[in-house]
Amino acid sequence: MLIVVCIKQVPDTTQVQIDPVTNTLVRDGIPFIVNPYDTHALEEALRLKDRFGCRVAAISMGPPNAEATLKKALALGVDHAILLSDRVFGGADTLATSKVLAAAIGKLNRDVEEVGLVLCGKQTIDGDTAQVGPGIASRLNYRQLTLVDKIVNIDFAAKNIRVSRKLEGRHEIVQAPLPAMLTVVRELNRPRYPKVAMRLAAAEAVVEVWNNKVLQLEEQSIGLKGSPTWVSKIFSPERVKGEIIGDGYADPAGTAALLIEKLMAKDMLPL
Amino acid sequence: MTPNPAVFAPLLLAALAVFAWGCWKRLSLITLGQPEERGGSLVAHCGGMLKYAFAQKRVLAKPFGINHFIIFWSFLILTVANSEFILNGLLPHVIKLNKLPFMLYIPLAFLIDVASLLALVAVVVASVRRLAAPPYPEARTPEAFFILGLIGSLMVASLTIAASELASSLAVSGVDPVSFLAAARKVMPVAGRLAALLPPLQLEVIHDVAWWVHALALLAFICYLPNSKHMHILTAIPNCFLRRLEKPNSQPRETFAIGNSYGVEQVDGYSWKDLLDTFSCTECGRCQNVCPAHLTGKPLNPRGVIHDIKVNLLENGADIKKGKPSHKALIGEEGEGAISEEAIWSCTTCGACLEACPVFIEQMPKIVQLRRHLVENEARFPEELLNLFENMEGRSNPWGIAPSERTKWCGQLDVKPFDGATTEYLLYVGCAGSFDSRNKHVSVALAQLLDKAGVSWGILGKEEKCCGDSVRRLGNEFVFERMAKENVATFMERGVRKVITQCPHCFSTLKNDYRQFGLELEVIHHSEFLRNLVRDGRLAVDKTTGELGSTVFHDSCYLGRHNDVYDAPRAVIEAATGAAPSEMERNRGAAFCCGAGGGRMWMEEHVGERINLTRVNEALEQKPDTICVACPYCMTMFEDGLKDVKAENIKVRDVAEVMAEALLR
Repeated sequence: MLIVVCIKQVPDTTQVQIDPVTNTLVRDGIPFIVNPYDTHALEEALRLKDRFGCRVAAISMGPPNAEATLKKALALGVDHAILLSDRVFGGADTLATSKVLAAAIGKLNRDVEEVGLVLCGKQTIDGDTAQVGPGIASRLNYRQLTLVDKIVNIDFAAKNIRVSRKLEGRHEIVQAPLPAMLTVVRELNRPRYPKVAMRLAAAEAVVEVWNNKVLQLEEQSIGLKGSPTWVSKIFSPERVKGEIIGDGYADPAGTAALLIEKLMAKDMLPL
Repeated sequence: MTPNPAVFAPLLLAALAVFAWGCWKRLSLITLGQPEERGGSLVAHCGGMLKYAFAQKRVLAKPFGINHFIIFWSFLILTVANSEFILNGLLPHVIKLNKLPFMLYIPLAFLIDVASLLALVAVVVASVRRLAAPPYPEARTPEAFFILGLIGSLMVASLTIAASELASSLAVSGVDPVSFLAAARKVMPVAGRLAALLPPLQLEVIHDVAWWVHALALLAFICYLPNSKHMHILTAIPNCFLRRLEKPNSQPRETFAIGNSYGVEQVDGYSWKDLLDTFSCTECGRCQNVCPAHLTGKPLNPRGVIHDIKVNLLENGADIKKGKPSHKALIGEEGEGAISEEAIWSCTTCGACLEACPVFIEQMPKIVQLRRHLVENEARFPEELLNLFENMEGRSNPWGIAPSERTKWCGQLDVKPFDGATTEYLLYVGCAGSFDSRNKHVSVALAQLLDKAGVSWGILGKEEKCCGDSVRRLGNEFVFERMAKENVATFMERGVRKVITQCPHCFSTLKNDYRQFGLELEVIHHSEFLRNLVRDGRLAVDKTTGELGSTVFHDSCYLGRHNDVYDAPRAVIEAATGAAPSEMERNRGAAFCCGAGGGRMWMEEHVGERINLTRVNEALEQKPDTICVACPYCMTMFEDGLKDVKAENIKVRDVAEVMAEALLR
């Protein structure tokens, strides 16, 4: 059984600025990182690999330099790393992206090994749409289980999975047959740290690149052409002015009580 | 039974065989270690050996050291007597010291006689001490008393032999007993007096019994020596000779290549010198008595680390020699012979153990080697470190703050970028000075002082990266290597030659660690720099405000112990406040760590008492108004500690702030 993890290279958003003229991210000189939610998806796949001995493939759609992201996945222990890269994939919105990723997963299912589980981060920190994972599930006709913070039980032989979903103020336990697509939240696990030997091996490893000659997708349905979404404006929302509550030094208990009261009034404490 | 060569010779041979076997066994284990250079000037190595092994400089640093000094020198003198004893046992009446020329024999006999008594007294004192007030509670081992008893009986027996020989020669020669004994007392004050007390009729029996007691004790000692902690008698002198001529304030580089492993997992991963260290330890316990982790109840004991490595080596040696993997894990919870991960992570790398060891055993570097294995081969470490490592790698600072914020501390100050052509000094602000809200004040104070003194200085701004101290001490050499290379390249590209640092960790890393990467910088800690400015009249304090009141100074480990900077910060405080800071009970080379070194700054402290509280309480004993520090980590640890003991009225100030207070306010 193969587990596929979809990962994305994103700019380190703490260091990102938006070009006010073009409404795009200023990416020059900004370091790229693996989308933080995806690192949890990757970790969960590797834990399943440790437990059940199944194989893990990491896929990423992006420009050639996104290879670095896949090398990080290799350093952590994935068995296959495939970069989906082609000029015709460029400029894709979530719909077009999910088509390419779904096609790649379909090909892995046909050519490599039966896919049992697809894991994605709940969203990326650059686009923040949370649509690609569900898009993949729709296109592959897999069950989708979003916002997973715990895999309660998984049985590859009986082909079913039971997960806990983290919703606002509550948890939901859901069961579904495999294959399924999960999007995961940070609470799911603590990602591992790469061993030096694995890092060195990953640095030498060649990441497989699949372009559209491999995937054979209709050019009208992918990339910019296949993307019905238009970005009219990107801006950082103006922060509403806050307030400083009390004097924490002089009266910590009173200040804490006041804070709780205010948060309760705004229904911001999950009780 | 009279001394009989036919009995003694085979016994001696057997003892020598046991001795040789024991020595060979252990020395051959040492050869299992990895290669390590111990180069440097032969004169310096010999000088160190004379100073530390023969003059026992470090042994004498503690009051009780005098006792060991006496035993050591008595032993050296008695080597002559024991050689005579053995040769005499093999060839009776052929080789005797009294056949030496008179001028040589008299002083030698006197020395041997007095040394025997001194050693006996020292052994009795040592036994009483071990019973009444042992150096550490576990020091009351049967082994310790056995060896003291053995030495004691050797001394009593040899004095008795000498006394009985004196007395019997009296009987034979028929000279005037009174004048003979009076003369003998002058040469051998102890044996001479003892001779008068021996019953004349049993002299022969007494002599023979004493002779055999001495013979058997000596042979037992020879057998026992290479098979016990008392092997230090053989190894401590070479260990002092082979000491590292430079302070062990840095770790060696590693070679990163596919197929390599890192740090130490199995005991033979240590160098031959590391293994020699373990056989040089006589478990005096001085390291554990200064170890901040041990003294606050953590599971780390530096003496235990050395002991466990030795036990592990003895246990696994045979397997390793055969090329088999060792069967007893070095890292683990299996008691004697294994070092727990919790112990490994408890070390603050403060170097107190290194400073305390009389024979220059290097405890701390061995712990960092184990960390390297855990981090680099196993990726196993306390979970708090995951964020640290990722922040360091991703954003080159421990907190993961955006690198673009590195210059925010400058605020309204007009801080110039460093320009290799026109700027003399780079101010390497460091992560704490750049990002930590409290330590930013130190950066500002220092910047203002540099400007006031008209120093040509600048910063790298957003190009400045973390020096990598914490990751290196935590054993993440792979990441450190990348960070160091990047910084070294920047420094070279920007033409940096002279650097001022305000953090002792940056200071030591730039100064001592980056040398391994081909960069020789003139690195100066801000306390030294400010001291020099005052000395040269470039910062003149007319009158002190007195606002800081009485001060006490806390030595940072990486400034003091690791780099021998003790006077400069004190001089700055004295110049600024008009009075020398008071001293804590443990100060300078013996100072107690704040608890944040070795990457402990980024870890939780769950076990035992908090190290910073111990130190804060020690500082408060001096009733200071202000605690002065010279390190951003110490600053944080003291401010936190003072909050915990509800003594927030006590100020904590960096030496730069102390100076700024006097000059700028």
